[in-house]
Amino acid sequence: MMKVIAKGWRPLLVLLLLFIGWETVAIKSRVPDWLLPTPTKIFYEGFNGWANFYPDLLSTIKLSLLGFALGLVIGLLTAILLHLLPFIRESIYPLLIISQNIPIIVLAPLLVIWFGFGLLPKMIVITLVCFFPITVAALDGFKQTSNELKHYMIMAGASNKQLFWKLELPYALPSLFSGLKISATYSVMGAVISEWLGAKDGIGVYMTLASSSFRTDRVFVAIFAIVALSLLFFSIIVLIERWLVRWQLKGAK
Amino acid sequence: MKVSHLTVSNISKQFDKNEVIKNLAFTVEKNEFVSILGPSGSGKSTIFSLIGGILSPDQGTIHLDHQVINGKRGFISYMPQTPSLLPWRTIVENVLLGQELQGKKEKEEALEMIDIAGLAGYENAYPHELSGGMKQRASFIRALLSPQSIICLDEPFSALDELTRLDMQKWLLSIWEEHRRTILFVTHNIEEALFLSDRIIVLSNKPSQVAAEFHVPFSRPREESLFLEDEFLEWKRKIYYSLKKTGE
Repeated sequence: MMKVIAKGWRPLLVLLLLFIGWETVAIKSRVPDWLLPTPTKIFYEGFNGWANFYPDLLSTIKLSLLGFALGLVIGLLTAILLHLLPFIRESIYPLLIISQNIPIIVLAPLLVIWFGFGLLPKMIVITLVCFFPITVAALDGFKQTSNELKHYMIMAGASNKQLFWKLELPYALPSLFSGLKISATYSVMGAVISEWLGAKDGIGVYMTLASSSFRTDRVFVAIFAIVALSLLFFSIIVLIERWLVRWQLKGAK
Repeated sequence: MKVSHLTVSNISKQFDKNEVIKNLAFTVEKNEFVSILGPSGSGKSTIFSLIGGILSPDQGTIHLDHQVINGKRGFISYMPQTPSLLPWRTIVENVLLGQELQGKKEKEEALEMIDIAGLAGYENAYPHELSGGMKQRASFIRALLSPQSIICLDEPFSALDELTRLDMQKWLLSIWEEHRRTILFVTHNIEEALFLSDRIIVLSNKPSQVAAEFHVPFSRPREESLFLEDEFLEWKRKIYYSLKKTGE
């Protein structure tokens, strides 16, 4: 914990300096609020409008968690399937890469046309954003399994199932977690984009309303909320990683 | 007729056009300590892969008691050259792995063996917290606790420094003399083979065949002082020349 504080003050200081600079420039040059509000005004709006904003925030949190969970399951299952069945890997892997080349912004309206405004198109958007880093990271992890350990396991008579559960999966954990960290932050972005498609509430809806009514301060409140949420998800994943992969952290010291 | 515990009869193996083993035949009796001594590149590891069932011989059979185990895995317990402990498991969990792969786990027994092996206090440590010699001890305990009746050791001490190796050889003997099992030990070190085994099988160069076989006459328990006795040196010379002959 002390280490976090000792290391954490530097980025915080930079952020603070950035805000002070922003505030001074905005006041000195008399930029109108609808163009660029000062940080104090943004915090003021965030504080005062909290009751109004809170339901949207909660809705986005729920949506991203749900999407992340789905992305995790699909991403991991895809990785396991591709790992265990090499002939499928060769034929499907290019398809996975293509799935990441289609811009979500273009795909999103199509999904609404096909699936309506319900939960399904939103889940598709978030999952599409989330599963890929998980699949790639897990696949790499499985592939990197030490040959030495594999040789021992096979000589000792491990079945393929045992080889996977007792060796390959735990071996891939550190790698898998790098994928999870990326996906966790992407899930918030995915959720916001999916809310633009049309939703009753959520940060995405709040953002669209704010920008169309030139409430730039609110747009910034939404941006800060997204950043904070991403950081929070990221830290939760890091904490889980520390607990699950503690044998490795000890080794690093 | 009495059947040996492990019977390797006239097996041959070639990779592409490269003949690695040709008409290799030997037996190992129950609770016997047999070393396979051969120049490097004589296909020692291939022999283990064949007995372990990773590879199938092109010709010949491998019997364990009455059963043919050609290409079948899970009949031997194994200790490789490197400790190969799983880094995310504590020592006791690692030591239990051999049993776990075959079904049942007996933690009490494992803790007892860890204690006997001189690793008391490290039950819940992770492998990276142990020295090279300690890791190899854990690796041997893992093989010893596995339910299979024969243990194959593949040059287990070759990566250790001289002093640690001598300690480990003495340690291995003391444990084995208390907990007899059938051991097949691969090495390229003549002294090691002489000090540890009941019988030494000398392999020829590729393609591998049995070039010579020696019954080691020293009584047990064996002491470190054995290394310097005239008879030991005499044997060492004898085996050295038989090894040298195969190299030519």
